[in-house]
Amino acid sequence: MTDLTMSPAPARPARSLVTGVLPGFGLAFGWTLVWLSFIVLLPLAALAWKASGLGIDGFVALLASPRVRAALELSFGAALIAALINAVFGVLVAWVLTRYRFPGRSLVDAAVDLPFALPTAVAGITLAALFARNGWLGGLLAPLGIEVAYSRAGVVVALVFVGLPFVVRTVQPLLADFDREVEEAAATLGASRAATVFRVLLPPLVPAALTGFTLAFARGVGEYGSIVFIAGNMPGVTEIAPLLVVIKLEEFDYVGATGIAVVMLAVSFALLFAINALQHWTEKRW
Amino acid sequence: MATGETFPLDPPRPRALPVPPPIGETAMARRLLVAAAVLFLALILALPLAGVFTEGLRKGWGAWLAAFADPDARAAIRLTLLVAAISVPANLVFGVAAAWAITRFSFPGRNLLVTLIDLPFSVSPVVSGLVFVLLFGANGLVGPFLKAQGIQVIFAVPGLVLATIFVTFPFVARELIPIMQAQGAADEEAALTLGASGWTIFTRVTLPNIKWGLLYGVLLCNARAMGEFGAVSVVSGHIRGLTNTVPLQVEILYNEYDFVGAFAIASALAVLALVTLVLKTFLEWRYGDELARSARH
Repeated sequence: MTDLTMSPAPARPARSLVTGVLPGFGLAFGWTLVWLSFIVLLPLAALAWKASGLGIDGFVALLASPRVRAALELSFGAALIAALINAVFGVLVAWVLTRYRFPGRSLVDAAVDLPFALPTAVAGITLAALFARNGWLGGLLAPLGIEVAYSRAGVVVALVFVGLPFVVRTVQPLLADFDREVEEAAATLGASRAATVFRVLLPPLVPAALTGFTLAFARGVGEYGSIVFIAGNMPGVTEIAPLLVVIKLEEFDYVGATGIAVVMLAVSFALLFAINALQHWTEKRW
Repeated sequence: MATGETFPLDPPRPRALPVPPPIGETAMARRLLVAAAVLFLALILALPLAGVFTEGLRKGWGAWLAAFADPDARAAIRLTLLVAAISVPANLVFGVAAAWAITRFSFPGRNLLVTLIDLPFSVSPVVSGLVFVLLFGANGLVGPFLKAQGIQVIFAVPGLVLATIFVTFPFVARELIPIMQAQGAADEEAALTLGASGWTIFTRVTLPNIKWGLLYGVLLCNARAMGEFGAVSVVSGHIRGLTNTVPLQVEILYNEYDFVGAFAIASALAVLALVTLVLKTFLEWRYGDELARSARH
C-alpha cells in the first residue's frame, strides 16, 4: 500500500533482520503482532476453518441455491450500479469543488464526508422515510409510478449515499495538483475547451476514478445497515447477501453463513488487490 | 480570505484556484456544472440529514426528550459510551505501537504488515461480527471452553467490544503511519544521541509531532465505534437494556413503528456525526500540514 522507504542507519550487526537505532522495537512490534493476531487474523482463520467444513460440494450446492444466488447477484449488481453512478457524479463533484468558487463551497466540501461520519443505521431509516410513499421524495415519485422504497432501486439509492465520498476523495487531490500550464498549452495549441477537458484533463483522472469506483463497489458489496431499512428484504428479490448471512446465523446455519461470507470476502480481497495493482500502475504511468 | 475571522467549516484551500475565463469553462457551463453537483449532493446528503431531524421533532421537543428518558435508551447510550471507551483507547495504543514499529524500523514482511492492518476495512461489517460468533459462539471454536469458565463473549459486552475493535482497527494506524513515515526518525535519533530514554523520546519528541494526526485518527475511530451497526448487530443478541447499543436501539424502535423515538435517538447520532465532521474539517484546515492527507479516505 504505502511505499515504505526506510530511514537511515542500520547500526546493528549486518546479520540482524531488524534495522533501526531507536529503542522499543520488541515492545511495539510484539504488541502489534499480538493485537493483530488476536483481533484480525485469528477470527478470520476461524472463518476459513468453518468454511473448510463446507467442502467443495457443499460450497457449490450453497451457491446453487436460488436464494443465495439472488442475494449475491443483488449485492454485486446494486453495488456495481451505485459505484457507476458515484463514478460519474463523484468526478463532477470533485471537479466543481476544486475548480470553481461559489458560495458555500467549503461547506459542500466538508459535507461530502457525511456518509463516512453518519452511522449507517441512521442513514438507513432516513432514506427509508424519505422514499416511503408518504415521504418527501417518495411522494413525488409515486405519481410517476416509481417505487424506490422496498424495491431494488432502494438498495442502489442507499449504496449511492454510502459510496459517494470514495470517488470524490480519490479524484479531488489529483485535480487540485494539476498544472495550469498543461491546459494553457492545450489552449494555445488551438484545442477547443471541450477537447482540452476530454483529451487533456480527464484522462489522467481515470485511474483515480477507477480506484474510487472500486472502493465504493467493495464497500457496497458488504454494506448492511443503510440497506436493510429501505430494501424491504424480500427473499430472492430485495434480500442482500449480508442480510442472508445474518438470517443464516439466526437459524444457526453457521456453515451456510460462512459460505456466503467467504464469497464476499474473496471478492473484496480480490478488489483490494486490484486497487493496489491499479495504484502501482498509476504511479508508473503518471 | 476575504474576511479576517474564519469559521471552521470554511477552510481556505489555497490550492484550489479559480480558473480565469480565457481557459476555463464559460460562465454558463460553470453555473450548470455547479448546479448539477449541488443538486445531486442536496438530494443525496442534505435531504436525508434534514429528514432525521424533521422526523425526530415531528411531535415536538417534548416527545424528542421523552425518547431519551426511556430506560432502555439510556442503557443503550451508556453501553455505546462504554464500548467506545474501551475500543478507541485499545486501537489508539495499537495504532501508536504499529506505527512505531513500521516507520522506525526495517524488518522483513513490513509491507505485508501494513496490508494486514488495513484488512478489516475490506471486510463486510456483518462478516466482522460473524467471525467472532464462529470463534466465541456456543458452537464456536473456543466458545464452549469459555462458557465452562463462566465467560460469555457473544451476546454480551465483550463481543460488542471485540467486534467494534475489529471494524475500527485500522483508523489510528493508517493515519499515523504516513505521518511518521514522512517525518522520518531524525528528531528521535537526535534525542537518542543526546541520551534521552525511549519513553522520553516518545513523549517529548514523537508525541508532540504526531498529536494532531493522532487526534484525527481517534476522531474517525470514535465516530465509527459509536455508530457501528452491522458488526455489533450480529454479536449483540439484541437484549434490551443489556446488549443494545444506540444504533441497535434505533433499529428496534424503528421496527416497532416508534418512528419519533427512533428518529429522536437517530438525530443524536446525527449530531455526533456533524460534530465529528466539524472537528475533522477544523483539524484539516488548521493542522492540514501535520495530517496524512493522502490517507484521507
